[in-house]
Amino acid sequence: MLRVLLERLRQGHRTAGYPAQEPALPDRYRGRPEIRAGACPEPCRACLQVCPTGALSREGSGVRLDVARCLFCGACEAACSGGVVRLTREYRMAARSREGLVLGGGDAQRTAQAVHEQARRLFGRSLKLREVSAGGCNACEADVNVLNTLVFDLGRFGVQFVASPRHADGLLITGPVSANMELALRKSYEAVPAPKIVIAVGACALSGGPFAGHPEVRGGADSVLPVDLYIPGCPPHPYTILDGILRLLGRLPS
Amino acid sequence: MTVRNGLTLHNGEAAPLGDVPVLSVPEFRDGVVLRVRSGAHLAALFGSRSDGGRVRLTAVCARERDGILEILSADPDDAYPALTPDCPSAHWFEREIAEQWSVVPEGHPWLKPIRFQPAYRAGAGGGGPGPMSASLPGVTDFYRIEGEEIHEVAVGPVHAGIIEPGHFRFQCHGENVFHLEIALGYQHRGVERALVGGPSIRTVHLMETLAGDTSIGHATAYGQIVEALSGCRVPARGQALRGIALELERLANHTGDLGALAGDVGFLPTASYCGRLRGDFLNLTALMCGSRFGRGWIRPGGVSWDADAERARELGERLARVLRDVSGAVDLLWRTPSVMARFEETGRVRREVAEDLGLVGPAARACGLTRDVRHDFPAGIYPMAHVPVSTWHSGDVFARAYVRWMEIQRSAEFILDLMRSLPEGPVRVDPGPTAPDRIVASLVEGWRGQICHVAMTDARGRFRAYKVVDPSFYNWMGLAMALRDQPISDFPLCNKSFNLSYCGHDL
Repeated sequence: MLRVLLERLRQGHRTAGYPAQEPALPDRYRGRPEIRAGACPEPCRACLQVCPTGALSREGSGVRLDVARCLFCGACEAACSGGVVRLTREYRMAARSREGLVLGGGDAQRTAQAVHEQARRLFGRSLKLREVSAGGCNACEADVNVLNTLVFDLGRFGVQFVASPRHADGLLITGPVSANMELALRKSYEAVPAPKIVIAVGACALSGGPFAGHPEVRGGADSVLPVDLYIPGCPPHPYTILDGILRLLGRLPS
Repeated sequence: MTVRNGLTLHNGEAAPLGDVPVLSVPEFRDGVVLRVRSGAHLAALFGSRSDGGRVRLTAVCARERDGILEILSADPDDAYPALTPDCPSAHWFEREIAEQWSVVPEGHPWLKPIRFQPAYRAGAGGGGPGPMSASLPGVTDFYRIEGEEIHEVAVGPVHAGIIEPGHFRFQCHGENVFHLEIALGYQHRGVERALVGGPSIRTVHLMETLAGDTSIGHATAYGQIVEALSGCRVPARGQALRGIALELERLANHTGDLGALAGDVGFLPTASYCGRLRGDFLNLTALMCGSRFGRGWIRPGGVSWDADAERARELGERLARVLRDVSGAVDLLWRTPSVMARFEETGRVRREVAEDLGLVGPAARACGLTRDVRHDFPAGIYPMAHVPVSTWHSGDVFARAYVRWMEIQRSAEFILDLMRSLPEGPVRVDPGPTAPDRIVASLVEGWRGQICHVAMTDARGRFRAYKVVDPSFYNWMGLAMALRDQPISDFPLCNKSFNLSYCGHDL
C-alpha cells in the first residue's frame, strides 16, 4: 500500500489545463487547411492530382477543399507552388453541417456555429454518449478513448461514454459504416431514447475517408443517420474531438 | 513422396513471378504440410487469379532456422483436399480462400466465412446453401454444445467499451466456458480488392489504415514491398528512423495494454498512469512527424520526416523520462498480490497449441516460442541493430503482460542507442517504378507480432494481387483456445491480454 501511495506522489498531477490553457501541439502537427482565395493560375491542377481522396476541386480562379474528405497528409501543400493551400496548426475544426467543412470559394469555415441549441439546453451539463465503431481503422476510436484518461479527464465536463445505447443521449460514430455494420448501427441508434444527437468523428465517418467509393462501405455516418456534429481528421487530435463536443454543448466561448 | 523445392527468398526480396513453382495439388499439399512439420510457419496461404478463370493458391512458408521464405503454388479446381486436418495453422487461411475464391477445401473441419464479404469469383464454394452463403457476421450457425445445463452467451457486435465490433459466442456450463467462437467481418471495407491495380496515390493511406494502431508497421511492410519491386535502397538514416518509428509504436501500444490489463483486474493506479503514458509515447511519434499514429512518416524509399539534432535530443530526453514513469507504474503490478493472483494461471495457452495454431508476437513468445521477425527474418535496420527476443514460458495472462514489459525496456534501449549513433545522410530516395511480373514477400514485427504482405505484379508493374496478413489473423484462434475451461468472467482479461485487431483482420 505504501508503495502505491509513493508511486502516486511520484507520478504527480497530469491533467491538462485545457480549456483555460491552450493545448501544446507539436510543431509538425497538421491541422485545419487554409485556402488563399482566387490565386490559382490556369491550368494548374497540381494539388488536385496528388490528393488521395479527391478532396480538392477547381472553383473559378481558386480551389475548394472539402475538409470532410481530407486525410491531412499535406500532399496538396507540398505540390502547390503558389502557396494557395496550406495546413495550419489550428486544431479546432468541428462543424454543424457538411457544407460548413468546405473551404475556398470565399466561404470561411463555420466552426463558430457549432452550438446546438437543443443539445446545450438538454445535455449542456450532462451528456452520455454511446460510441459505435463502424468499419474504420480504430485510430479514431483510440483517440476518442484517450479522452477518458486523466490527461483530458472528460468526466469533469459532464460528458461520459456509457455501455449501452439505452443509457445514452446520443451516438458518437467512427468509420465509414461498413455494409456489415449498417444494421447494428441502425439498431443502436433506434435504441437511444429521443431526443438524441449524433456526432461523426474522423474522415471515414464524415465522407468514407480512404475507403470512399468502396462498394463494401457506405459513404459515412450521414449516409445512414442524421448527423449533428462533424469532427474532421484522420484521426482527429483528441483536442479536436473534445473541442467539437464542448462547442456543440455551448461549453466554450465562441 | 518427392518434395519439390519452392522459390526461396529473403524477407523483402523480389523474384520473377514465373520462378514460383506451380505444383500439382497433392505435391503442394504435402509440401506445405511437410515444411510446417519441419519447423517453418505458415506466413501466408491465399488465392489469386490464375489463367482461364482458375484460382492460384500460393503458400509462403517462413523457415525461422535459416531465415528463408519458401514460396509454393498450385492451381486447384473448384475443390481440393484441405490442409487444415494435417496443418491446423491453415484453418483460418482456408476459410478465407473458400470465402473469397469459391474454392472448397474438402475435409475442412469448420468451414465458414471469416469476413462475410462478397466472393471475388463465382464457383462451387460460394452462393449455394449452407454456412458459406451467410450474409452477415453473427447471423449464422455457431458451434453448439447440447445439454440441459449448457447455456449460450452472445456478445457484440456493439460492445460496452469504445472498441471495434466483433461477435463472441460462448458455450458455457455455469460460469465455465467450454468453447468460444469468434465471428468477425464487421469492419470489412474492401481494402485488398482496392489495392489491386496499385500502387496509386491512395495506396499508402490504405496501408496506414489497415489497422490504425499499426500504421507504422503496415506502412513499413508496404515500403519494403515497393522498394524490392523497384530495386531501390533506403538510405541508412532512413532505415534507422524507421526502426525508431516501429519501436515507438510498440512502446505506446504495449504500455496501453499493460494499463488496460490493470484496469480489467480493478487495479486503478497502473491503469491511470499507463493510460497517460501511452499518450506520452504517441506524442513522441507526433514530435517526430506531426501525427500521434505516425501517419505520413513512413514512405516507400525511406521516411518523409528527418530528425534534426535538437529534435533527436528532445526525443531522447522525453523518452528516458517517460520510461522512468512506466517503470514505476508497471512495477506496481508485479508487487501487488491481488493483481498477480488474477494474472497467473489465467487464460493459459500451451506451447504446443501456440505452435500448432501458428501464433505470432507477444502471444507466441509468452508460450516460450522464440518467434520474432526482427530476429528471424531481419530487414531494414534490424540486421545492424539487434533487439533481444523476449520470451516467457507460462503462456498465461501474466506471461503476455510480462513479455510486453520486457519488450518495452528493450525497445526503449534500442531507440536510445540508435539516437546516439544516427547515420548521416539523406532519409529518403525516390523508389522509381515497380518492376513487372514479380513476387515479393515482406515481413515486419509489428507490436502485435508478424505482419506479412505479399505482392505480385502484372506485365505493367501494377499489383495483380496484394495479400495482407495482420498479426491478428494468426492470433484470433489463440484467444478462443485461451478461453477453454475458464470462467466467462475472465474473458475481458484474456481478451485484453491478446488485444487483437478487428480491422486488421477484416481488411
